[in-house]
Amino acid sequence: MTPLTRDGIAARLAQDIEDGWHVNLGIGMPELVANYLPEGREILLHSENGILGMGPYPEEKDIDWTLINAGKKPITTVRGASFFDHAWSFGIVRGGHLELCVLGGYQVAPNGDLANWARRADDPLPSIGGAMDLAAGAQRIYVMMTHTDKNGGLKVVDKCSYPLTGAGVVRRLFTDLCVIDVADGQFTVTDMIAGLSRDELQARTGAPLRFADKVATLGNLAAA
Amino acid sequence: MLDRRCNDLAEAFAGIGDGARVMVAGFGEAGRPNMLIKALLDSGIKDLDLISNNAGDGETGLAALFRAGRVRKLTCSFPRGAMQDVMLDLVTRGEMELEVMPQGTLAERIRAGGCGIPAFYTPTSFGTLVAEGKETREFDGRGHVLETALKAEIGLVKAHKADRFGNLTFENLARNFNPLIAAAATRTIVEADEIVELGDIDPHNVHSPGVFTNYVFTTQPVSEESWQDWRKSA
Repeated sequence: MTPLTRDGIAARLAQDIEDGWHVNLGIGMPELVANYLPEGREILLHSENGILGMGPYPEEKDIDWTLINAGKKPITTVRGASFFDHAWSFGIVRGGHLELCVLGGYQVAPNGDLANWARRADDPLPSIGGAMDLAAGAQRIYVMMTHTDKNGGLKVVDKCSYPLTGAGVVRRLFTDLCVIDVADGQFTVTDMIAGLSRDELQARTGAPLRFADKVATLGNLAAA
Repeated sequence: MLDRRCNDLAEAFAGIGDGARVMVAGFGEAGRPNMLIKALLDSGIKDLDLISNNAGDGETGLAALFRAGRVRKLTCSFPRGAMQDVMLDLVTRGEMELEVMPQGTLAERIRAGGCGIPAFYTPTSFGTLVAEGKETREFDGRGHVLETALKAEIGLVKAHKADRFGNLTFENLARNFNPLIAAAATRTIVEADEIVELGDIDPHNVHSPGVFTNYVFTTQPVSEESWQDWRKSA
């Protein structure tokens, strides 16, 4: 079996973004999704510092430090983009106007709980940024992350032990091993990489997995 | 005559005592009023109750305020970044209090402060550590958290264009917290790339109306080395 790369996860996730959606891609791994948006779908990217219609990174000569994303990296604008202040921007988020937000994760539980901002409750420098607003406000939350941590520790868990970013918010989880629908307090696997048995996937997961009637093979769409 | 233009930075900070609450706009370097941050440093005001989304980075700008030990409390959404070692040091030694909240909650608290709304309910953070100890209430079957408005004695704002009434425009993503802070601060001090004649800004395109502005300066470059001036007088 070959787990997906970060780009592979991003490419698979991008397939589940529909034409006409307004989407926020969280800082870090989710930013990769922008490189794999399917052709022919008009998808507007939001960044919480005040833009709808974010375009790709500029060429070096075109960098303008008033044009940056939430990760403070230089961006461009697409035709039809709009700018607004922070209150409007989070109004767009909290008001439920984004069809989707993609976030990274430390832990996801079957009840839809997401932990992605702190690994301990007494962190002296807690850093929340926009994640809690996005988790609470977008119409649906997709999470992308590796299925286990570097040491094989479980991240897809029965109950989050880290402080929550949002309670009951995750709709779908994309990992390097599988795609999981999160609904009604249960994990249901819809896609799996080839060469991995259901028992092996369950062994890498801290909560019971159900399997869809038809489980699709999860290929590396980023390799093309 | 309504003329907010000023040439004397010291005048803009006159009468402000130690412990003042100061809001500083900007996100990253976009819309960050560096000349005014330098003037705040030069004013010698200390024990600042600072509200800023980020903690800055490097040796200049906001970072200089922290390095000079001028900040008693920081309210922000994201204290990590290039300054995190300095932040960690100040917090663990008990020299600075840190209050962290979700970015949208910070923005809305400032907006509310400028708009005469004392408090509001938000769905953000319900069921998390951030909501602990706060009043909650259910609306439409969903839990919400009560958050209060934020105001300040001083607001530091960076505009692209300003006129003498204090009408402001911002460029690209430099708008961010600027118009919110302009409204929420009792004394709003603005630096602008350019001060233009009345009427040169189309009324349709005013991003922050002049009623919120108290002082307008033209942005002047701040030399890298001058950020270290405080060390000489410290």
